[in-house]
Amino acid sequence: MNTFDYERPETVADAIKAGSKPGASYYAGGTNLLDLMKAGVRTPDSLVDITRLDELQRIEPQKDGSLRIGAMVRNSDLARNDLIQKDFPAVAEALLAGASGQLRNAATVGGNLMQQPRCAYFYDAHSACNLHKAGQGCDALEGVNGKHAVLGWTKTCIAVHPSDFCVPLAALGALVEVDGPDGSRQISIDEFYRLPDASTPPGSTLKQGEIITAVTLPSDAKRFAARARYIKLRDRTSYAFAIVSAAAMLHIGDGRIKDARIALGGVAAKPWRAREAEDALNGAEAGEAAFRKAADAALADAKPSGDNAHKIELAKRILIRALKAAADGTPATMPDLPGSVFATGKEAR
Amino acid sequence: MADTPMVAAHHVRLGSNSGQSMTRKDGLAKVTGKANYAADNRPEGLLHAVFAGASIARGRVTLLDTKAALAHPGVVHVMTPENTPALSQDPDEKTTPFTARIDVLQHNDVRYAGQPIAVVVAETLEAAIEGARLIKAEYDEQPARIGFDDGEAFTPEAVGISTPPKFATGDLEAQRKQAASSVSVVVETPLQYHNAMEPHAVVAAWDGDKLTVDMPNQAIGLAKPGIANYFGIPAENVTLRSPYLGGGFGSKAVLFGPQMLGILAARELKRPVKLALKRDQMFGPVQHRSATRQTVRYDIDADNRLLAFEHQANVSTSSFDNWLDGAANAGLSLYATPAISVAHSGTRFDTGTPGAMRAPGIATGSAVIECAIDMAAEKAGMDPLEFRLHNYAEKDHSNGKPYSAKALRECYETAANAFGWTDRPPKPGQMRDEDGLLTGWGMGTSIFHAPFFPAKARAVLRKDGTARAETSGADMGQGAWTALWQMAADGLGMAADDIDFDIGHSDLPDGSVAGGSAHTASAGGALFAAGNDVIRQLAEIATKDSDSPLFGAGNERLIGENGRLFKASDPSVGEPYTAILERAGIDEIEGQGRGNRDKASTETYAMFSHGAVFAEVKVDPDLYQVRVTRLIGAFAAGRIINPRLAKSQLTGGMIWGMSFALHEEGVHDKRTGRPLNNDFAGYHIPVLADVPHVEALLVDEDDPHVNDLGVKGVGELGITGTVGAIANAVWHAIGVRTPRYPIKIEDLLKGAEALKA
Ligand SMILES: Cc1cc2nc3c(=O)[nH]c(=O)nc-3n(C[C@H](O)[C@H](O)[C@H](O)COP(=O)(O)OP(=O)(O)OC[C@H]3O[C@@H](n4cnc5c(N)ncnc54)[C@H](O)[C@@H]3O)c2cc1C
Repeated sequence: MNTFDYERPETVADAIKAGSKPGASYYAGGTNLLDLMKAGVRTPDSLVDITRLDELQRIEPQKDGSLRIGAMVRNSDLARNDLIQKDFPAVAEALLAGASGQLRNAATVGGNLMQQPRCAYFYDAHSACNLHKAGQGCDALEGVNGKHAVLGWTKTCIAVHPSDFCVPLAALGALVEVDGPDGSRQISIDEFYRLPDASTPPGSTLKQGEIITAVTLPSDAKRFAARARYIKLRDRTSYAFAIVSAAAMLHIGDGRIKDARIALGGVAAKPWRAREAEDALNGAEAGEAAFRKAADAALADAKPSGDNAHKIELAKRILIRALKAAADGTPATMPDLPGSVFATGKEAR
Repeated sequence: MADTPMVAAHHVRLGSNSGQSMTRKDGLAKVTGKANYAADNRPEGLLHAVFAGASIARGRVTLLDTKAALAHPGVVHVMTPENTPALSQDPDEKTTPFTARIDVLQHNDVRYAGQPIAVVVAETLEAAIEGARLIKAEYDEQPARIGFDDGEAFTPEAVGISTPPKFATGDLEAQRKQAASSVSVVVETPLQYHNAMEPHAVVAAWDGDKLTVDMPNQAIGLAKPGIANYFGIPAENVTLRSPYLGGGFGSKAVLFGPQMLGILAARELKRPVKLALKRDQMFGPVQHRSATRQTVRYDIDADNRLLAFEHQANVSTSSFDNWLDGAANAGLSLYATPAISVAHSGTRFDTGTPGAMRAPGIATGSAVIECAIDMAAEKAGMDPLEFRLHNYAEKDHSNGKPYSAKALRECYETAANAFGWTDRPPKPGQMRDEDGLLTGWGMGTSIFHAPFFPAKARAVLRKDGTARAETSGADMGQGAWTALWQMAADGLGMAADDIDFDIGHSDLPDGSVAGGSAHTASAGGALFAAGNDVIRQLAEIATKDSDSPLFGAGNERLIGENGRLFKASDPSVGEPYTAILERAGIDEIEGQGRGNRDKASTETYAMFSHGAVFAEVKVDPDLYQVRVTRLIGAFAAGRIINPRLAKSQLTGGMIWGMSFALHEEGVHDKRTGRPLNNDFAGYHIPVLADVPHVEALLVDEDDPHVNDLGVKGVGELGITGTVGAIANAVWHAIGVRTPRYPIKIEDLLKGAEALKA
């Protein structure tokens, strides 16, 4: 990898100062960034190590009932946190469905949000990729692309956002707290990401120097705790990225769905909140027919970006599965294979 | 136990060490980090070398800009075709067995992506890595040819290790005329990369024209002259140390370009050099398993007996060498088939050259054959196990030879009982578990040759009652340190803890190749014989010594056990080894040994290990994710030296079979030929959650012919049979067979949709 400067600030303000230099990159768990540097795909001039920023390590319930999660909280710690397991079980399940134990011990909240696509052409420094440099073109378009996007893509980029964690975050309308040279702001996770357009590849709305300081789960998201699941289809039982995944959360009263939250993973360049599907469910009776309608609504605009038409059908099916599982109720304890279609211990809370 | 004079194999009791489930002799060193792998060595003045790989798969390097690399702090030297001296032997020549054509910067042609085009040598590893990245190459690029529809076809002269590409016996057409029905299946298998945990590495240090190399190697006896030939020095000037290998699977039996470049760099720069491949560099210059496109057809008669077996395999190799996986030879000795016709054709891909990868040929071929057999069973309306028993081969139908031993029936029975193979509904899609998952059961037959290599060993008994035994054998993690040690101790008639034991060094007698699942039989046989040679000499001294209680017992059978030599007929008559040596005033006795397989036996018998594997899979009825919930195999492989290690080899093989069936696939971009999944995030193998229940059972088998000790191999056997068993179980769960391995969710979805339509 290239030679780079290394800084380890003690305060967020110092971090922002260091991170604002052109070519600077924040270094959190390093599980994604270092791989990309080894592959020569990312060549930052300086790494700003934010692992010592204590203020980013905390999980704090707020007065308004929301839960504020520091950007440097490790995925493992968050997944095993009591408040998360109690109030936001699908978030815990999604975290545990991601990567491996070792990676989750290192990976952080901020890093997970900011992780780069897993498209093989992006990982190959020799391939044309607009994420390497806008305007290069996209070798995935005519390449091996069975795992690529079916929603929200353009010919600029057909990669998907690979995160599991971000899928229930999108469903629950999590807020991303950002600090930077121009001050701090809070935006919904939906607006945090940018889809590709005719010339710009996908990415986040972070500007150089901006740092994610926290992610907040709103208090109204707690009402889904009794019926919330994350289910992920993958090529092996564990330690594989999603082919497609779905977070489904239901608030049911008098046999009818009062409120539904749905997001899909592995289908687009961002965690895909499926509001049309939510609308289709509101007021409906929980059951196969309604779920199917919701799934059709969620994928209504889907089209294959390559050799991946099967993902549209699979996305519908994973959504139906997640909705059924959510309707059955959140398991009393975390299943043995969290997020898996083979998850055990389905006894509801 | 040492037994003298040597008697026929089936009378040999090996002694108190063999047959014990000893734990690994090298285990403590490994878990405490004291076991030094090649790349752990850091001689004084060490330099680090990293090669830059070609980013095209076919064409020529037209310009190589090394300025930035040379300017990078710490970089000492950049080797390119321009400044790299010729080797003493043309790297396209093959003067020793198991040789491949290698790329060592002797020309500007590019024949596969990742081929070394320059080597950067630096004071630190980091500088060398960055230097390699800074090499800028320009190419005259030709379109890559990857895949059977794009590659150039050719007619092979041989497949595998010098086996004929075609074989036929019986009258195929005549048998077909009598057939009541037939099944035929076409299946593709992908490129697979060995991906041993320890990447290939070398640490090379020259002293004048003497060379010391630390390099993981499965065939030290071949590597030593091989290296000597490339560098124009006498073989005795090469010292090769390979005490531990982090896996080899066939790809460390051969010398490869990158390692030779490390040695070359050390000679050029007159300093020791280390070159270790990065994971992504393992997808080019260090072999892989050929991709195949296979057709298998069985014809059966009205009594459900197999009449004819036809197997055709189109197999991939590189553009510049001819190694082909012998997939279509996998079924020659498997089932009772009066007429057999098998043939290979070749297709050239712009990849590195393939080579032997764990269970070469058989893994690939049996993956398809076992599916065809199940399809035939279905057609016959018979249970898959019943059908296999109905067509059990009592002799090798490819040559009419009887088997040296074949306990396959017992394997079927043992594994079927352990699995609970009863009341299996014949139709697919009939079984669901309590969670609604479709459940399928499948089986397959395992078979692997029992070859034997001419290994040598030495044993020395010292007057203080200690001993040493040694051979240049290789422990790739399979347990040679332990199993061979046990056999050496038994040869000497001593406890394993009372002898010193050494392997993995070229100064030791040639232990031959750790490959072909023959190492325990070959090197172990040699060690046992070396110990026996010591005891024979000891007995000669004792029986001629009037002060020995064994005086005059020269014609009697004497036994050495626990360091004491005694009469077989009366164990109370005897004395310790030390007493014999002391009276004779001898400091030590040296014995030499070679393993032995009777020539006549080789000509008379077909020699194989066998097994049966049963698989249970769960398949999600809507999403088609597959999980193998139970995998149970029973195996017969002659005398088992260490049951614990044998089982771990067999379960490892079975897990590899699962990997073949469901996961492994080297994906290359068709346009550039570059690998697209050259890391463990992308190149999937099973993880722990994929193997909830894997069990290998051992079936007793006394093979009096295979070699003096009746030992066969277990290293590769477990893969074979398992692949098909899983595919058959998937079919049984949902009624779909996919046209290619690995079995993928999208192919199952497609198959299931077609079935519904
Ligand atoms: C083999 C493998 C398998 C994986 N499997 C999965 C999986 O199945 N599911 C899944 O969801 N993920 C998976 N991952 C991805 C993993 O979750 C991410 O690598 C991880 O979450 C990144 O977090 P990190 O802290 O290590 O980030 P880093 O690697 O440190 O950083 C990643 C990026 O985020 C930026 N960044 C980090 N923190 C901040 C911040 N606070 N503010 C602004 N920018 C920031 C960095 O500058 C960098 O660009 C896998 C990863 C690997 C290597």
